[in-house]
Amino acid sequence: MSGLQISFLEASARKRLIGLVDANSFTEFCPPEMRKTSPHLALLDIPLALDDGVIVGAATLAGHSILIAAQEGRFYGGAVGEVHGAKICGLLGKALTDRPSAVLLLVDSGGVRLHEANAGLIAISELVRSVLDVQAAGIPVFALVGGSCGAFGGMGIVTRLCDEVVMSEQGRLGLSGPEVIETVKGVEEFDSRDRALVWRVTGGKLRRAVGEATQLVDDLIPAFRSIAIKLTEKYQSQPLASIDLDSLLEKQAELVKRRARFERARDGLEIWQEVFSEPSCVPDMTVADFNRQLGVQA
Amino acid sequence: MTTADTSVGRWNKLAISRAERLARAKRLTSGRIVSADKIVELLEAVIESGDRVCIEGNNQKQADFLARSLVKTNPDRLRDLHLVQSVLALPEHIDLIERGQVSRIDFSFSGPQAARLARLVESKKITIGAIHTYLELFARYFVDLTPRVALIAAQAADREGNLYTGPNTEDTPAIVEATAFKGGIVIAQVNEIVDKLPRVDIPADWVNFVVQAPTPNYIEPLFTRDPAQISEIQVLMGMIAIKGLYAEYGIKRLNHGIGFDTAAIELLLPTYAAELGLKGKICTHWALNPHPTLIPAIEAGFVESVHCFGSEVGMERYTAARPDIFFVGGDGTMRSNRAFSQAAGHYACDLFIGSTLQIDLQANSSTATKGRIAGFGGAPNMGADARGRRHASPAWLRAGKEGRGNIEMPRGQKLVVQIVETFREHMHPTFVERLDAWELAATANMELPPVMIYGEDMTHIITEEGIANLLLCTTPQEREQAIRGVAGYTPVGMARDKRMVENLRDRGIIRRPEDMGIRKRDATRDLLAARSIKDLVHASGGLYEPPKQFRNW
Amino acid sequence: MEKFTLALPSSSPPLEVIRSTICGVVSSGNLEILVESNPKSDVCTLVVNTSAHGFREIWEAVLHDFALRHPAGGLGFTINDAGATPAVVSLRLDQAFEICCGEAK
Repeated sequence: MSGLQISFLEASARKRLIGLVDANSFTEFCPPEMRKTSPHLALLDIPLALDDGVIVGAATLAGHSILIAAQEGRFYGGAVGEVHGAKICGLLGKALTDRPSAVLLLVDSGGVRLHEANAGLIAISELVRSVLDVQAAGIPVFALVGGSCGAFGGMGIVTRLCDEVVMSEQGRLGLSGPEVIETVKGVEEFDSRDRALVWRVTGGKLRRAVGEATQLVDDLIPAFRSIAIKLTEKYQSQPLASIDLDSLLEKQAELVKRRARFERARDGLEIWQEVFSEPSCVPDMTVADFNRQLGVQA
Repeated sequence: MTTADTSVGRWNKLAISRAERLARAKRLTSGRIVSADKIVELLEAVIESGDRVCIEGNNQKQADFLARSLVKTNPDRLRDLHLVQSVLALPEHIDLIERGQVSRIDFSFSGPQAARLARLVESKKITIGAIHTYLELFARYFVDLTPRVALIAAQAADREGNLYTGPNTEDTPAIVEATAFKGGIVIAQVNEIVDKLPRVDIPADWVNFVVQAPTPNYIEPLFTRDPAQISEIQVLMGMIAIKGLYAEYGIKRLNHGIGFDTAAIELLLPTYAAELGLKGKICTHWALNPHPTLIPAIEAGFVESVHCFGSEVGMERYTAARPDIFFVGGDGTMRSNRAFSQAAGHYACDLFIGSTLQIDLQANSSTATKGRIAGFGGAPNMGADARGRRHASPAWLRAGKEGRGNIEMPRGQKLVVQIVETFREHMHPTFVERLDAWELAATANMELPPVMIYGEDMTHIITEEGIANLLLCTTPQEREQAIRGVAGYTPVGMARDKRMVENLRDRGIIRRPEDMGIRKRDATRDLLAARSIKDLVHASGGLYEPPKQFRNW
Repeated sequence: MEKFTLALPSSSPPLEVIRSTICGVVSSGNLEILVESNPKSDVCTLVVNTSAHGFREIWEAVLHDFALRHPAGGLGFTINDAGATPAVVSLRLDQAFEICCGEAK
C-alpha cells in the first residue's frame, strides 16, 4: 500500500533499522530468541522485552559494511539499562575488530533506565568511552535522532560525541528533559506542557541552527537512509581526523563563544532571529527551505 | 373588524408584555447598544420570573458573558426560569440551577456538565422536561417551547444592531427566529461593534439589544482529532467500513459522527479508498462539521460538497479558501447552520456512522453512563431512518431491499452504522446484555431510558471482528447472534452460538476482514493520509491553523 | 506479571519456518510476539507474560481461536504483554503469523 512514505518517528526501532540498511543485509547480534532480558525489570515483576529495547547487528549500507544499533523509544522510553547498554557497548567493541565503514546509532532514549539506575549510569559511561575508542580507531560514529523520545540524559551526551548528528525536526536533543527541568526549576523556568516551546528549544531545527545537529532531514526513513549513505561515503574519501588537544581547545572556545552569544535566549525564536530573516516562519518551514535558508547543502 | 382584533390585551398580550419589558429597559439605553456594565440590570429589567429563557449554548459557540451575567442577577427577583437551549456546557448554566433560579430545563446535550446535572436531578433541585435531539428541540421552539428571552452570541454587530455570526452561526438563526417573531426579546453579546459588517446573518429588527462582551465568546475546538492518536485497530475498522460498506453500497451522501474511528475513515479515503478505485464513487457529499481530518480527502478531490452544523477553530481560512466545497457567503467566510445541517443529515444522507459506549443485544446503543446525564445532541437524528423520505438512491434502495425483503412497494432505508472496538479502555466491554441507560433512567426518574440509536434503526455494526449486517437478519435470534458474532471476547461475544454464527457468516450476514479481502497486516498507521496535525497543516497548504493545544511547533 | 503456557492442537503450517519473527513492541496497551519453530508439528505452544491480571479466560479464548484460524502447528509463540486489548492481541498474532508464514489461506 502506498499512503505516505514511512515515517521514521512512527516506525518501531526494528522497522527503522530494516528500512535504513540494504535489503536483507542485516544480521542481528544477541537476537530476541536469545532472550537476553533485563534481570532488574524481572525482579520488579514488570514487563520485559526480548531484546531489552535495543537491536544491534551488522548490515550493509549502499554496499558499505556498517554496524548499527536502534533503540526502541516505546519500551520504557528507550532508556538504557544494564543489558541494553551492554548490547550497544558490545557493538562498539566489535567495531574495533570488524572495522566497518561506520557505526550508526539510531538514538531514541530518555537516558538512564531508572529501574536499574546504577547499572544504567555505568552503561552510559562505558558507552562514552566506547564511542571515543571507535573514533580513535578512525571509524566514524553517527547518531540519527528522530524518535519520539529524542536523545536526552546520557544518550544526549553520547549523541553529541558522535561525528555526525542527523535529526528530523520531530527529533529532540538535550541533557535534562523538559519535565525534569520543570520539576527541578519550576514552570517559570520551562513549561514542559507547552509543546511548541519544547520543540523550539530542544527540537531538530533549533539543534541544527546552533550546529549541534549536522544534518536536518525530513521525517522519512528513506531521507535518513540517503543521508546516512552520503555521510558514510564522505568519511570513506575523507577519513576521520584524530582528536588532539588543539582541536579540543578550539571546540571549547567555540562553545564559550556560543554560550555568550545566546546567553539571554529563552526560546528558539530568539536564536532563529540571528539566523533567519523571518524567525516566526521557521517552525512552519519545510526542511528543504530551512536548509536552503541556513545556507547548507545536504 | 380590524380594531376589534387588535384590542388591547385580547390578541396581543405578548406584544404588550414585550413593550412593558422594553420600557423598563429604557433607562439603561437609548438604542440597541447596551454597555457591558449595565447588562445585569438589563437582564433584571427584561426577564421575568417563570420565563422560558434560551442562553445560547451551542455545541461550540457559547453566550458565555451573558450566562455569567445572568448568574449575577438577584435570585429573589428572577426565579423559576425554564431553560430551553441545546447545550448546557458552561458551569454557569448549572450555577443558575444551584442558585435556585431555574426550575425546569429542556435541552439536548450537557457533555462537560453531565455529572453535576445528574446530582442536581437526583437531589430534586431541577426537573428535566426532556433530553431532545437538536432538531427536536428547535422544532419545539416553534410549537410549545418558544423562548421569551434569548441571550445569543455573535461575532460582530454594526451600530444598527445587525449581526454577523460568521462561520460559527450554528443555532443562532433558529433561536432568534422563534423568539423575535413570537413576542420575545433577543439580546446579543458580540466580540466587536463595527461600522460595517462583512455580511448580515441576523437583521437588526430581530434583535433588541447588543452588548460588546469584555472577552470574545468561548468556542471549543470539539471536532479536532489528532491523527497521531489513531490506533491500528481503528485503521483496520476504517478499512472494513470503506471496503465492506461504503464501496459495497456506493455511499455518496453521508454524515460522520465525531471520534477517532471516523477520523480514521476520513484519512483512509485518499490512500486506501483511492487505491480501491473509489474516488468519485463514494463520500462525495457530506453533512459534516469542518473536520480537519477531512482535509486530505478534500485536497485529493474526493469531496464535492460539505454543509456544516458548526465550524471548527482553526478551519476558518481553509473553508473560506474552498468555496466550491463549503457553504461560503459573499463576504468569503463560511456560514454554518445547525438546524439545516441536521435536516440535511436526516433526510438527504444515505448513511450515518458513529461510535458509542454500549450496544445491547437488540442493537440499542447509548453513550449514557450512570451518574452522568449527557444527552446525545444530533446523533439520534442522523442515526435514524427518515421514514418521510421520498427520494431514491441506489444505496438507500439496496438497504431497503435487504431490510424489508420482497415487499411489493419499493421502499428504501437509511444505513445507520455503529463502529466500535469490542473493548473500550480499561477493558470495559462495549457489548452488554443491558444498557446502563436503564439504571440511569431509574435513578433520574426519566420516562425514557436515554438511548442514542434504537436497535430498529441500526443496520450495521462494525468491530475489529468484521461487519454484522442486521438488515439481512430474519429473526430476533439471528439478530442477537449477529451482534454476538462481532462482539469479540466480551462476555456477550463469548456467549455466542458458534454454529449459528458460522451459518450467519456463510450467508454474508457476518463478514470477517478476510471475507472482504482485507489483509490485517496492511492495517498500519502508514495507511493514513496524515499522521499528525502538522501533516494536516501541510495538506491544507498552510491554510489550516490548529489551536495551540494541538501544535508542537 | 501473570504467566502461563498453553499447548493447543493446530494443523501444521504450509511452509517451514525459515527464520523466527518478532512483531510488536512492549509498550502500554501493546505487546511483542516472538514466533519460533517448535518440534511438535501438530501443536502450537504459547507462552504468555502479561501485566494485566485476571484475564486468563479471555487470553485462552483469543489464543484458541488463533490456533483454529491459522495452521500454527509446529510454531511456538512467546508473548510479552503490557495490557493490550484482545483486538490488539488478535491483530498482532495474525500479523506475526503472516510475516512468519506468508498469506493465511
